[in-house]
Amino acid sequence: MAYLDHAATTPMLPDALEAYVAAAAHLGNASALHAAGRGARRLVEEARESVAADLGARPSEVIFTGGGTESDNLAVKGMFWGRRDADPARRRVVASEIEHHAVLDAVDWLERHEGAAVSRLPVDAGGRIRMDVLADVLAEHGDEIALVTAMWANNEVGTLQPISEMSAATEQHGIPVHTDAIQAVGQVPVDFAASGAAALTVTGHKLGGPAGVGLLLLGRDVPVTPLLHGGGQERDVRSGTLDVPGIVSFAAAVRVAVAEQAATAERLTRLRDDLIARVRKAVPEAILNGDPVDRLPGNAHLSFPGCEGDAILMLLDAAGVQCATGSACNAGVAQPSHVLLAMGADETLARSTLRFSLGHTSTQEDVDELIEALPTAVERARAASAT
Amino acid sequence: MSGGVDSAVAAARAAEAGHDVTGVHLALSRNPQTYRTGARGCCTLEDSRDARRAADVIGIPFYVWDMAERFHEDVVDDFVAEYAAGRTPNPCLRCNEKIKFAAVLDRAVALGFDAVVTGHHARIDAGVLRRSVDLGKDQSYVLAVLNSGQLSRAIFPLGDITKEQVRAEAAERGLAVADKPDSHDICFIADGDTRGFLTERIGAKPGDIVDGESGEVLGEHNGAFAYTVGQRHGLGLTRPAADGRPRYVLSITPVSNTVTVGPREALEVDVVHSNRLVWTDGVARTEPIECEVQLRAHGEVHAATVVASGDTLTAHLRHPARGVSAGQAIVVYQPDSGGDVVIASATITGAERG
Repeated sequence: MAYLDHAATTPMLPDALEAYVAAAAHLGNASALHAAGRGARRLVEEARESVAADLGARPSEVIFTGGGTESDNLAVKGMFWGRRDADPARRRVVASEIEHHAVLDAVDWLERHEGAAVSRLPVDAGGRIRMDVLADVLAEHGDEIALVTAMWANNEVGTLQPISEMSAATEQHGIPVHTDAIQAVGQVPVDFAASGAAALTVTGHKLGGPAGVGLLLLGRDVPVTPLLHGGGQERDVRSGTLDVPGIVSFAAAVRVAVAEQAATAERLTRLRDDLIARVRKAVPEAILNGDPVDRLPGNAHLSFPGCEGDAILMLLDAAGVQCATGSACNAGVAQPSHVLLAMGADETLARSTLRFSLGHTSTQEDVDELIEALPTAVERARAASAT
Repeated sequence: MSGGVDSAVAAARAAEAGHDVTGVHLALSRNPQTYRTGARGCCTLEDSRDARRAADVIGIPFYVWDMAERFHEDVVDDFVAEYAAGRTPNPCLRCNEKIKFAAVLDRAVALGFDAVVTGHHARIDAGVLRRSVDLGKDQSYVLAVLNSGQLSRAIFPLGDITKEQVRAEAAERGLAVADKPDSHDICFIADGDTRGFLTERIGAKPGDIVDGESGEVLGEHNGAFAYTVGQRHGLGLTRPAADGRPRYVLSITPVSNTVTVGPREALEVDVVHSNRLVWTDGVARTEPIECEVQLRAHGEVHAATVVASGDTLTAHLRHPARGVSAGQAIVVYQPDSGGDVVIASATITGAERG
């Protein structure tokens, strides 16, 4: 069995699992004033300090949430509302065309329901956001922009984005940048302070922590209107009883993922380059998508012209090799990937892609299994497309 | 796997028989959003979930295949075009012919599968297609359109049990769909309003309702497609017939856009013409065949003699039949104590009193 879908979710790290079980045995609402409450709160605050140190942030900048989608929605909608309320002229959102749906659909919703104006940043053929277009948008609309949102690394094709450059460009206009760094943490160095971003999304289950817990790093001076109102937890930005074991486990996972990032990146890059080279040898017409160098170490995203990605996926699955056609959120009825379309692929090519993503448990044997099963799968998928 | 009880049990039986089974749910709507609005029909998100849960319980992989484009072209567009041409199509039959045992089967074979298993109530053994043991649920009529090549790759595991037994078996197997109600409506008309569906697509086309004997114009209709041969209700005629007896739709003529009506006995026909003839075993017969024919889904059976000529088939009924519509299938059966055997199928083009 070869699991090549770590970008969808990756196994929990042993430290994270152990931390979860230990913390789950603790009694106490972290907002309660008695000893049990204080004990729970202490675990949360230690976790907050830990992730802050690992991610180049201050503890007060850490807002724990229920995961990546919530963090993205909080950043995009919350910053839009906050900035618009402070200055009604600021109702423009700038977003790249290759964002995850958690950002993309939040932006679309603001456009439809909240009167937001939207500037969409195109990407080049390698999936890198066009900085020249951002410069034009800033020059033309600088006074109307509420926020810029751009992901640190694309979840489908793996291309890394110039976030620091973006923050530098927006800084002189006083515009905050939100970045979804869900795929980046643990794979490439992520430092919130150095990035210049005002808000940054991380989630647990992509780096070896549990699903259902994430965070938004949020600068102290960034105006944000909450999505959830209630008990006033997390700076009154995110109400709701804190998930103590989830947060503690998440922090343990971040600690390991960040500490081992350099070694992981080196190992996965080698494994990934081997995977790509052997796929191309087995299927010479396969095309590598995304930037060949500036990409996530664990990401190999390939098109197989003349095949449907869906068909290859099913056949590989039957052979014990698990991968993805795009992001798992598109599962069910296949839609051509908006990322590939933004990179200039036509619909047919956009449907012919597979993502193989490696993570902390990936081995050479996983790649061997893929290479063994792939030629037959591609051949049959090609025959099926011809029917 | 539609999400219903039949396909769930069929999949379970196939897996239990030792086949390497993969569950496939067909996404048939071009706009997935519409899945959410229709509680009825066979392509709602809820049905997809039911199918997935059945696959989980059986322990087989499960995928959704997007057949929306093919389904729209081959079944929905065909359905509308047939009505517009004054015929009464059977979309389930067309779906079997063009989607389940064509598009799906071809894709499956290319991907390395050997056969398509469905939950149809019919028996297939060594290429011989027979009625189900459950005559009330028998679906051999909508499968008879399949040719021998298609049938050679079809497996119907439910033909030897009744619907009631299917439900009992589903419950025994722990399948949650055991008591899910049967679907009766046309799956792509979620609200069940066929006339509204057709009017939306064909447009209102007013024309005359004419008396078959006198030729007198009795009233006006908004579109001949809304009428079916044998229909009595909803004619909207204000004047009673001269003899005071009810009137029925006798025929629909798209060219002149007229609906012809008359008394019940004028509906009676005993010669039925058809084309697009398919011999179930692939062997053409030229001599007359003494047999039974069925002229619509779940319709009665008529003793007949059929004569084939090339692509066409003519049936001489022993006793007259009523309400025979062009566009429906005529299916030829050979009565058999082991289950009536399907010999041939064709599409009705017309009928008359011989």
